[in-house]
Order: sequence, then C-alpha cells, then structure tokens
Amino acid sequence: MSDQQEPALRLKGIVKTFPGVRALDGVDFEVMPGEVHALLGENGAGKSTLMKVLAGMHQPDEGQIIIAGKPVRMTTPIEAKAQGVVLIHQELSLVPEMSAAENIYLGELPLKRFGRVDWTTLFERSNAILKRLNCNFRGEVTVANLSIANQQMVEIARALTVDARVVVFDEPTASLTDAEKVVLFEIINDLKARGVGIVYISHRMDEIFTLSDRITVLRDGAYRGTLTTADTDEDEVTRLMIGRSLDLSRDTAEHSLGEVVLEVRDLSCAPLFKKISFSVRAGEVVGFYGLVGAGRTEIAETLFGLRSPDSGEILVDGSPVQINAPADAIKLGISLVPENRKEQGLVLSMNCRDNMTLPQVQNLTTGPFVSSGAEIAIFDKYRDKLEIKTPSWRQTTRVLSGGNQQKIVIGKWLSMHPRVLIVDEPTRGIDVGSKSEIHMLLRALAAQGYAVIVISSEMPEVLRVSDRIVAMYSGQIMREFTAEQVTEDSLVQAISGIRTSEVA
Amino acid sequence: MSNLTDITPLRWLMRNPIWGFVLLVFIFFSLMSEHFFDYRNFQNILVQTSTIGLIALGMTLVMINGNIDLSVGATLALAAAFAVDVQSWAMFATWGNWQILPAVSLALLVGILMGAINGFIVWKTGVDAFIVTLGAMLGIRGLVFVYTGESSFYAMNFAYSDFSALSVGPFPVLALIFLACTLIVHLVLSRTVHGRNTYAVGGNREAAVNAGIRVGPHMMVNFMIIGFLAALSGVLLSTQMGAATPNLGRDYELWVITAVVLGGTKLTGGKGDIIGTLGGVLAIGILRNGMNLMQVPAFYVYVILGSILIAVLFLDKRFNRTANGGLRL
Repeated sequence: MSDQQEPALRLKGIVKTFPGVRALDGVDFEVMPGEVHALLGENGAGKSTLMKVLAGMHQPDEGQIIIAGKPVRMTTPIEAKAQGVVLIHQELSLVPEMSAAENIYLGELPLKRFGRVDWTTLFERSNAILKRLNCNFRGEVTVANLSIANQQMVEIARALTVDARVVVFDEPTASLTDAEKVVLFEIINDLKARGVGIVYISHRMDEIFTLSDRITVLRDGAYRGTLTTADTDEDEVTRLMIGRSLDLSRDTAEHSLGEVVLEVRDLSCAPLFKKISFSVRAGEVVGFYGLVGAGRTEIAETLFGLRSPDSGEILVDGSPVQINAPADAIKLGISLVPENRKEQGLVLSMNCRDNMTLPQVQNLTTGPFVSSGAEIAIFDKYRDKLEIKTPSWRQTTRVLSGGNQQKIVIGKWLSMHPRVLIVDEPTRGIDVGSKSEIHMLLRALAAQGYAVIVISSEMPEVLRVSDRIVAMYSGQIMREFTAEQVTEDSLVQAISGIRTSEVA
Repeated sequence: MSNLTDITPLRWLMRNPIWGFVLLVFIFFSLMSEHFFDYRNFQNILVQTSTIGLIALGMTLVMINGNIDLSVGATLALAAAFAVDVQSWAMFATWGNWQILPAVSLALLVGILMGAINGFIVWKTGVDAFIVTLGAMLGIRGLVFVYTGESSFYAMNFAYSDFSALSVGPFPVLALIFLACTLIVHLVLSRTVHGRNTYAVGGNREAAVNAGIRVGPHMMVNFMIIGFLAALSGVLLSTQMGAATPNLGRDYELWVITAVVLGGTKLTGGKGDIIGTLGGVLAIGILRNGMNLMQVPAFYVYVILGSILIAVLFLDKRFNRTANGGLRL
C-alpha cells in the first residue's frame, strides 16, 4: 500500500437515515488499490448499511462516493458493478434452482441475437472463473445441489466477472470450513496482488489480523477511527468497538462436579455419525469441536428427538430412555439451543415474551386462557438473569441484536428448568462484546449445576468455555481432552482426522 | 400481535388500514344513498356478511398457520345438501321439527370431517395445503353433484326456512351467530394456547417443532375448525334460501381469502388477527350492499373490489415498512 496513490474508493461523510433511525452518521472510509481494509463494528453499528450504500442498494442522504477520483452516483447493484464495486453478501443471495454459471452471471448473462442466452460463452467463462477459485464443481450444476461452502464460492465467483476495483466481503467465512478458508484467503491475496481494493467485514479477530492492512471501526453508525493493523492489537480494536476492554481470560474458578446426568453409548446414525459415546456431569461444560459437517449438530438433534438413531443408548441419570420427539426430550430435561437462532430458535414475528414462554405456554393458563401475568413474570425473571436488553416484552424479536436474540433463546430453555443444556454455535454472527457475555453466561450456568454441551467451530470459544473437549472428525469422536491437556495443535490434528499417538 | 406500547387511535388505524377504509365507505354510502343509513339495512349487511364472515374466521386461523383452504365453498355446498336432505329422510318422518337436529348435526359433522381429511393429508404427506385443498375443492364439489344428482333439494319443513327470519330483540339470529363466533374465535386466537401456537407454527415452523409443539395435529385442528365454520355457513345459507343447490358456495373461497387478506393476514403466515378479518368482511359487505342500493351493476363491484384489495395492501406496505426491509425492486 502506498500513500501517494489515489484511493480505489472513498466514502466521504455518508449519512443515511431510515424512519426513526440514523443508521449512518457522517461515515468516512477509503480503500487503496491492493489493500485489505477491514471494517469492524458490533451488530447494528452500520456496516451492512454502509455496504448497501456502496453497492447501490441504498441511496445516501448526504455525502459522496468517490471511485478512482471521480464522484459517482449509483442506483442499482448492476451500476455499482459496472463501476467496479462488487459486494459479496453475508447471506447467500443465489437462485437455488438455477445453475452455478447462471448465478455467476445473473443480471448480465452473455446474449446472442434476439436476446437469446449465449450458453457456450456463459459456461466457458464461468468454468474459467471457477477453476481460478480451485472449485471442484462446474458451472453446469444446480446451485441447490451444492454445499453451503460451494455456494459461497459461487457468490465469490460473481465478483470475478468484471475487472473489480473494490470487492467487499461481508462475513465470508461464516459458513466455511477451515480448509475452505485457506482457499478464500488465497483468493483475497491474489486479488490484492492484482491491485484490487478489498473491504473485509468480519467478527473474527484472528482473520482480521492475518488478512488486513488497516482496520476501520464503526460504532452506532458513527466513524470511530482507522488503525494500521501492524501497529495495533485486539485490545485496542475492541476498545474502539465497544468502548471498553474485554476480559478474555478463561474462568478458572473451579466448582465441584456432580453426578453424570447424560450418558451416550455407541450411538450411531448412518451416515452422519457412528459409535458415539460420551457423558456429561452436572456442573460440567463439554465442548464439541470439529469441522462443519463432522456430525456434531446431528448428535445434538438426535439427543433432542429430532432424529432417530440406528442403534445405541441414551441414558439420563443412569437409566436408558427413548427420545422420539422434542416433547420427550423436554420432559427429560434436555434442551437444545439450535444452530440458527433465526431459522430454528425464534419466531421472529412474535414478541420477546411469547418467544420465551413458547415451550411451556400450555402450563401457564388460567381457565381456557393464557395467563399474561405468569408469562410476564417468567420473562422478567430471565430478562434480569440474562441481562437481555429490550425496551419491553412487547418488542418483536426481529429487531433485537444477535446477542439479545440468542439470550432470548437461552432464556426460553432455562425457564423450562432443564438439566442438560445443549448449545449449538452459541455465538455465530454475534459481536465480540456479546460473545464474551454469552461465554461467561455458559460458565455461570454450569456453576449452577446445569450439564452444558457446547458445539462450536471456533477454537478460542471451545478452549475458553469447556471443562472437557470432544474432538470430532467425519462422524466419529477422535479424542477427548481435558481443559488441562488440550493444546491447539493436538486439537487441530484431532479434528483433521490425524490420529496421533495418545501422547498429548 | 401488538408490538408497541403506545397505541393511539391514529397509529391503530395505520396498522389496520382496513378499518379506516370501512369507515370511509360507511360515510360515503351514508351520504350517497338515502336507503343506506338505516337500521334495517345494517341488519341486512350483517346477515349478508355472515356467510362469508364465518368462513373467513376459520380462514384466518388456517392462513396464520401458513396454510390455505380452497375447499370451503365445496364443503359449504355439501353441508347444505346434507342439512336439507336429511330432514326428509323417512326415518325422521315422525320427529316433527326435531328432524332438523340430526340433519344439522350431520351437516356440521361432515364439515369437520372434510376439514380433518384436508388437515390429515397436509400433516402426513407434507404436500402444500394449496395443492391438497385444491384437490379437495374439486373432489368435494364432485361429491356434491353425485349426492344431489345435479338437482336442488328443497326444505319441506317450514320451521327450517323460517329460522333465518328470526330475531332476538332487534338482532337477526344469523347476525348474532356470526358475531358470537367472531368473539369466540377472537378469544381462541388471542388468548389461548392454541392461538399462540397458531402464530408460532405460521411464524417459524421449525422453531415451533423445536419448542415441542406437535405441528401436524395442530394444523389439523385448524382445518377442522374451518371445516366446521364452512358447514355452519352452509347450513345458515340454506335456511335463508330454503334450499340447497349443487352450485352453492362457488367462488366463496376467493371472497373469503380476499376478506382475510384485506384484514391484514399475511399469506406467508405468522401474522393477522380476527379484528382485521372482521374489518375485511365488513368492507366487502358494505361495498356490495351500498353499490347495490346505488344500483351499480354487479360487475363493477368486482372491478372496484379488486382495485381496493391491491390499494389496501399497498397502503399496508407503505405504513408498516420497517427500517431495513425497504429493499427496492
């Protein structure tokens, strides 16, 4: 990066208001050619809005967008793309029933006369792009048949159809495995080497510090400052982001462990997982770590009655049980905080109180009607206990931040007084500040005697919250570590399927 | 579901644009037609509205569930045919006016059964309710023709056809039945566990399953409720006509869906309420009645209703658009 150069993209004093919200308040931002510029901020800080302004999906109320020295006005994503600005969405915005090639060139398919699609050129070009991305599939496949990671690759391939000046990656690694991340980082470095300016949005500090040259932080829609990555550290960035330091140390306060609450023996469900055996004691946090697709979520779903196992036993308090439906699991005191809180955990159109009492509302009646007072009592209790920030129980959950949404889901299950709490990816898509709150909450819950199972793809998270760690690879348990034995190296080896000699 | 604490009348109207519209057409026809603002005409409107209104109550539940029921018109016809025909069966010949009881009971049971079949198929096969009830719509209408032999049944018992003319004080019985059902369904939807689950299942089916709600049986219950209400509507309609024709209730599913959607219920499920549906039903009732009084040809009524449907939903989108949902097309 050189200081003499003209910035590839410059945003000056961008203001964007929505009815009732000042989403962006005079934001400045610039990317040099060949620079990776990370954009950071908590959820709701305005990152996504800023990027939508940049991609022509929103019009700024004030301020200028300057591309290669010239002020521009963009009103559609296609126009933005023509200016060399490409946005790679956090949530996949692909048409699942179309081929990968059609998706890559969506909106600008190569045409022959009379508006007919030039299929030969389309497939030729898209296959060339996919090859550059080291993808092992061709443009002809239907997107619905691709894995999430490969769909992400299609999304990225879209950026390469034009000579991009600026490529914006909005949380690109959220659904990628570690191996796929490496490929993505290579692509980013390749783009960088060719003088493309990269805007990189992510919650993951480790990625930001490996990739970026500079970091810009937003808070509450306002510009907080730009740091040079080489001269800063996580603490400084976090302070800028949330206005205070974070306590990242592991909660080492030991509490006594109780009896074994849940035990699983030789549980199999082909082809997802086989011969799974483990146990969880009261007051213990067991972390399940592995790559996406290693079968962790499926085990949780089986324990919660959403899948039926082929063979094996589940024991609660030492006696074997049958779990055929979530209702059975709930009765046995097993609760699941699912992986996608928006798709599986919450009814977004319902208010906070109704979401929290959903599994037990049938027990909260007076006469034929639901007793509002009893429900509000439960909501108030867990709002205070979990420090959920919401103006009122009437607020629909859709507008809450990710951290608060997750707390509603956790509160929902705690209010059922479970004995085993399974949390699947508890902090996915949640900003740093709320993340550490959730971690402390999980530790505190264990200290109160709950048996907690944490499934996570983030190593720092697993290391931080777990008393024991179960490493999984392709449907099998590779190794079990205690918090004292575990090292990052041995953990990585275990989840990559490398069986080391049992010396840690 | 309410989601804000301060509900002023204006804000309430912005959330329920259909009631603003009801008010508007009410004032309009009161000024335009001397026959409109009259107590007996109001009775008329309520009675005319009750047929579609009863079904719309059930449709609100089914649509909040994220389903739809297209078979209601045919169910109505089948129930009406049973109600009128069974009275004249030889086995009840000596029952006097009591012969109406088994006839109406059987008709209502048939309605519940049709709903149960719809719901059961949706539950067990997972086929979209639109397709299942589209099939049921054709199939049940076929049954009606088989049963009636393509001819109309006439009620021989005059007590039956006089029923529709009864009043309790100033209120016609049919209107009272409709209003009572409205109140009951409103309470069920807004205050009971079943109502809460209705929103949850429609809002996010997966989350509802995770919360231990038995989604399949739950949806079946709502289909049975709408089947019952469609049958009740058919019985009441046949008392008004003193007869059951095989084509009774044709296109009613479309009127009902129009009323429910006008009332703010989302086709995708999870949102809607009975107050809105009542507004939608009244809007259609008042428009048809008022234009009839002004002697507007019936076909224009369709054109106007169609335009209003789109206009009201457009206003709803304008007023209730959220800060981040305003993606331009």
